[in-house]
Amino acid sequence: MNILYFLIQQTMLFTIPLLITALGGMFSERSGIVNIALEGIMTMGAFTSILFLHFTEGFLSGNLQLIIACIIAVVTGIVFSVFHAIAAINLKADQTISGTALNMFAPAFAIFVARIIQGVQQVQFANTFLISNVPVLSDIPVIGSMFFKNAYITTYIGIVILIISSIVLYKTKFGLRLRACGEFPQAADAAGINVYFMQYMGVIISGALAGLGGLVFVVPTSTNFNATVSGYGFLALAVLIFGQWKPKYILLASLFFGFMKAVSSGYSGIPVLLSLNISQYIYKMVPYIATVIVLIFTSKNSSAPKASGIPFDKGKR
Amino acid sequence: MKKINFTPLISSLLAILAGLVIGFLILLICNTKEAVPGFLTIIMGPFTHGLEGIGDVLYYATPLILCGTSVGFAFRTGLFNIGGSGQYLMGAFGAVYVGLMCEFLGPVQWVVALIVACILGGICGGITGALKAYFNVNEVITSIMLNYISLYFVNMTIRGNAMLFNPARNESRNIKEVAEVPQLGLDKIFSGSAVNIGIIIAIVVAIIIYIILEKTVFGYELKACGFNKNASRYAGINENKSIIYSMIIAGAICGLAGGIAYLSGTGKHIEIKDVIPAEGFNGISVALLGVSNPIAIIFSGLFIAYLTAGGFYLQLFHFSKEIIDIIIAIIIYFSAFSLLVTNIISRKSKKGKE
Repeated sequence: MNILYFLIQQTMLFTIPLLITALGGMFSERSGIVNIALEGIMTMGAFTSILFLHFTEGFLSGNLQLIIACIIAVVTGIVFSVFHAIAAINLKADQTISGTALNMFAPAFAIFVARIIQGVQQVQFANTFLISNVPVLSDIPVIGSMFFKNAYITTYIGIVILIISSIVLYKTKFGLRLRACGEFPQAADAAGINVYFMQYMGVIISGALAGLGGLVFVVPTSTNFNATVSGYGFLALAVLIFGQWKPKYILLASLFFGFMKAVSSGYSGIPVLLSLNISQYIYKMVPYIATVIVLIFTSKNSSAPKASGIPFDKGKR
Repeated sequence: MKKINFTPLISSLLAILAGLVIGFLILLICNTKEAVPGFLTIIMGPFTHGLEGIGDVLYYATPLILCGTSVGFAFRTGLFNIGGSGQYLMGAFGAVYVGLMCEFLGPVQWVVALIVACILGGICGGITGALKAYFNVNEVITSIMLNYISLYFVNMTIRGNAMLFNPARNESRNIKEVAEVPQLGLDKIFSGSAVNIGIIIAIVVAIIIYIILEKTVFGYELKACGFNKNASRYAGINENKSIIYSMIIAGAICGLAGGIAYLSGTGKHIEIKDVIPAEGFNGISVALLGVSNPIAIIFSGLFIAYLTAGGFYLQLFHFSKEIIDIIIAIIIYFSAFSLLVTNIISRKSKKGKE
């Protein structure tokens, strides 16, 4: 049983950053803007917030420090994503190009600034955020050990974001308008919706969530930040498509990816898997191969937002 | 005579100017005293080291031109090849495999190695193309997935084979000099640098791709499918085949880039770590700066290689070389505004005529 609990706790650590970032990407794509820059935004968000953790070490600690860091990550993500919004919405630039530029800029900027500030590119931080037991809730049998022991507060933030995202997207006027802009912006415009504003909101939300996703990825898995989020931004893009641009499927997709990541990183501690004697690389490959296979079956009738990636032009019919 | 359109060139040059200016400002903010000499090093960089510097630029430019040509070619046929890194790695793997395992081939060993590199890269690209053609799977996602699948596949295979794996350094074994891409006297001209005939191969490939795209029916069909799949089918073009051919060619070029890079005798080994090589992504930058024109890509590849070489010398001035990546990223960002520049120029020229 302990192994199962361990596996589930590990799965959550890998799942939550993917979930948060993919939900961010969903808001952007649903508004009609392809955001391939998730990787770069994650890197920037992680960079500034971990710099904060580094410099407040000693007089701040625990979850208060982590929550302030989360806010910093969100703000950084927003600021950085605005560059993508300006290029994609105001200037009608090719969205993959400006996304690529941001992806290239972020790690270079993080290394450059880290070297200037502190001489080395790795930013160290002390991890004082692990909650070993959530009061009351951890006493619930089975579920308590699975979800309320050895957890981070970011896990619960991620779940709250998932619930809010689903409600915003499907139960509010804002969500309906956002979705309309991604499907047929000319019709949305004719109905009196400010398409530019909605698309800005989409990109900004994606920036906020991706920035947070960056921090949430780095904190539990490392004690220093080395200007990379190990391709998690691209993985989130895959989760988004695997999840068919819908919150509930995005949750399932990120759970699947997170589970496979947990297995590949921790399989040597699991006797059953160790006795199978399969190379760790196979476990690492499986989520990617599975994504391709799922895409083969689902892509014929893709539910991608129809206007995603096409600059909105008022005069177009 | 056909009139040449200079607008893309102007917007690229403006983007380069903007990137350099902002780069200079960043240097100025960080370290006012050394900003000017530092910036001059970026601009003059390789020339301060004479022919060796130029040779290094040519060496750096080889994979950039090839990956740029691959991405640019795919762009022109309506596909976004973000999987260049995976194809590059597969090519590198193929070349290293032949380079280590097939010593019986003698003098043609490096040729066979590069052909195998092309084939593996081509297969990698071809899978992406086939899934796009027959199952409508977005090529961006398949490419990203294949980047990781190839990475883990290559790591697993090299680690699992004692002939390939050097456990002391956790990387692939040294390749014998016979199997390296020959330098053919280029090392005499640019003494001290690692340049080899790879640069000539890269330029020839770019020119061939230019001819295919602009002067052949085959290239025309590929481009037509990129513009409008349905119209091309109506015109009798087999659009599925075209997509697959495009991706096979794009993949093969990236594979070739990987093969050349790892047979250059510069101590480059396939390291066993979970990091995707950056070359495929750099290829995107090169292609964008060269507005997907293979001839322009030769120059943009040389330009980015030139900046990269300058970045190494910049480290003498206590700046880290990442400033070059920042400058390149800014250049790419501004080159995304080409539409805006084009509109302004065409509006100006219309006003001039009236």
